[in-house]
Amino acid sequence: MSGFLLNRLSQSIVLLVIVSIIGFTVLNLMPGGPLAQFGLDPGMTQKDVERLAAQLGLNRPLWIQYLDWAWRLLQGDWGHSFRDGSSVLTIIGRHLLATLLLMGTSTAFAIAVGAWIGIRGATHRYSLFDYCATAGAMVALSVPTFWFGLIGIYIFTLKLGWVPAGNMYTIGDGSVLDYLHHLILPSLVLSLVHVAVWSRYMRTATLDALSQDFVKTARAKGVSERRILLKHVVGNALLPMITLAGMQLPSILTGALVTETVFTWPGMGRLFLDSLGYSDYPVVMGLLIFSAILVVLGNLIADIIIATVDPRIRLG
Amino acid sequence: MTVIAVHATPTRWWHSRAVSRFMRHHLALVGIAMITLLVLACVLGPYALPYDSLHIDLRARFAPPLSGNHYLGTDPLGRDLAARLLMAGRISLLVGFSAMLLSTLIGTLVGVTAGYRGGWVGAALMRTVDGFLSYPSIFLVLALAATLRPSPAMITVIIAVTSWMETARIVEAEVRSLREREFVQAARMVGLSRRHIMFREILPNAMGPIIVAASLAVARAILLEAYISFLGYGIQPPLPSWGNMLNGAQQYLASAPWLAIIPGAAITIAVTSFNFIGDGLRDALDVRNDHI
Repeated sequence: MSGFLLNRLSQSIVLLVIVSIIGFTVLNLMPGGPLAQFGLDPGMTQKDVERLAAQLGLNRPLWIQYLDWAWRLLQGDWGHSFRDGSSVLTIIGRHLLATLLLMGTSTAFAIAVGAWIGIRGATHRYSLFDYCATAGAMVALSVPTFWFGLIGIYIFTLKLGWVPAGNMYTIGDGSVLDYLHHLILPSLVLSLVHVAVWSRYMRTATLDALSQDFVKTARAKGVSERRILLKHVVGNALLPMITLAGMQLPSILTGALVTETVFTWPGMGRLFLDSLGYSDYPVVMGLLIFSAILVVLGNLIADIIIATVDPRIRLG
Repeated sequence: MTVIAVHATPTRWWHSRAVSRFMRHHLALVGIAMITLLVLACVLGPYALPYDSLHIDLRARFAPPLSGNHYLGTDPLGRDLAARLLMAGRISLLVGFSAMLLSTLIGTLVGVTAGYRGGWVGAALMRTVDGFLSYPSIFLVLALAATLRPSPAMITVIIAVTSWMETARIVEAEVRSLREREFVQAARMVGLSRRHIMFREILPNAMGPIIVAASLAVARAILLEAYISFLGYGIQPPLPSWGNMLNGAQQYLASAPWLAIIPGAAITIAVTSFNFIGDGLRDALDVRNDHI
């Protein structure tokens, strides 16, 4: 186990270094580099910009700048927002929980529903249900998340009046029920694509597991189909879902950004867009790097969980 | 194996097993039909419609669909929605298709090089792929689109630069497995150059997975363009795109829902069609299904 852990950890560290190099390149790709926001300021002359560049060390060779920047990232100094001067990490921290709440709810929902559809599709292969689920999944993968959100608001808020159109809570209320009420529609919208992905995956995995020898043995022993499915098949098929959930993280984060925008959900995605609108580059860059770190860590955690649960992986 | 079968019957490729398998894939045929219709409508439709996509008529603002000659209604400026939808389709499909070409080119170059060279070159390239894949695509695309000038060409490049990695991964795996095959060893022994072996000997045998990845890449590129244009950082008005037509639609959701419903339906139809086609190609070319 410790060998596996060490190996996996060092891979993640290498990946984080590469991620930071890509991020740094994007930052410097912006016209005018990190000082772009002063280019349009009539009160700043070319001399001022040069002086500032020298002050901030932006006239040094790029690789020294990179090392300096990466070192400060490591120390938790991610810079300060142009908007209100507070530290980037503090701002991200304020928005992180809302995003995690949305992502967590929708992922749990997507896994539950996706697994059910997938297992039913596999046990009732080539049935009408299976056919509809296959075609439905392909359409669901093609629906733009924001459009699904707009349609959801149109039907469930404007026509039926069941759920609020946005925000995380009603001002002056803020009870748990109120939060849940606001959470329903955005997490449903965000989960659509992933229900599709997971149902497809679960169908294949269940079919795989059903053809294994241990299922034949169980059948020969006279174990009931229901028990075979619950005990032998689902467990084996569900396990790799943890890895898949890790691999899906970038697309969940992408979906979250769009969903948060449509539903004015106060998470990282909205913060990213707001910061882009204000040309608040320290926050934009911070969120860009932070989202990638989240993905790398998510995958690492998924692998560790899977290795703890499944001895075949940590030993094999 | 199938690819070899295709090569064995070079004169009548339409009689090949791959084509007949594709023709049996109903959803893929539906996809082909829908895309053909969509492209024809976008190319020819604007000439047949009574209104120009830029014609502003303030007396006909917010006309619902099927009112007079405005078949799909009008927008807040009284512009004909049908005309705008078709003009937007030209841009969205063109951006999606060009982005696919560029990202497939980048992905193939990286994949072939990494797969054939192996060693530290291959490792470095594939770790770069992993690094790019760690970024949620929309964060990267938005950060780039917000700082670079968002012309349609630039949007295309940005989408391609952030979505070549899937292709690279697929091609790398394919090339790595082909590298040690007899025909490659023979080519090496004859003394053919590395470039010739990589692109003339190995690449044609890896075309199946590349074609499948490309058809799915069009779908993703159209979606990505729609996302960033919807958020206001993609194609800029007055140039219409399916995404930016939805940009202001949310505030009129109660009074003019067709402004949101119609362009979104167009995106969904286009993307679904390309996904259907990709699925059919995957079956026809016998490409192993590793991911959705």
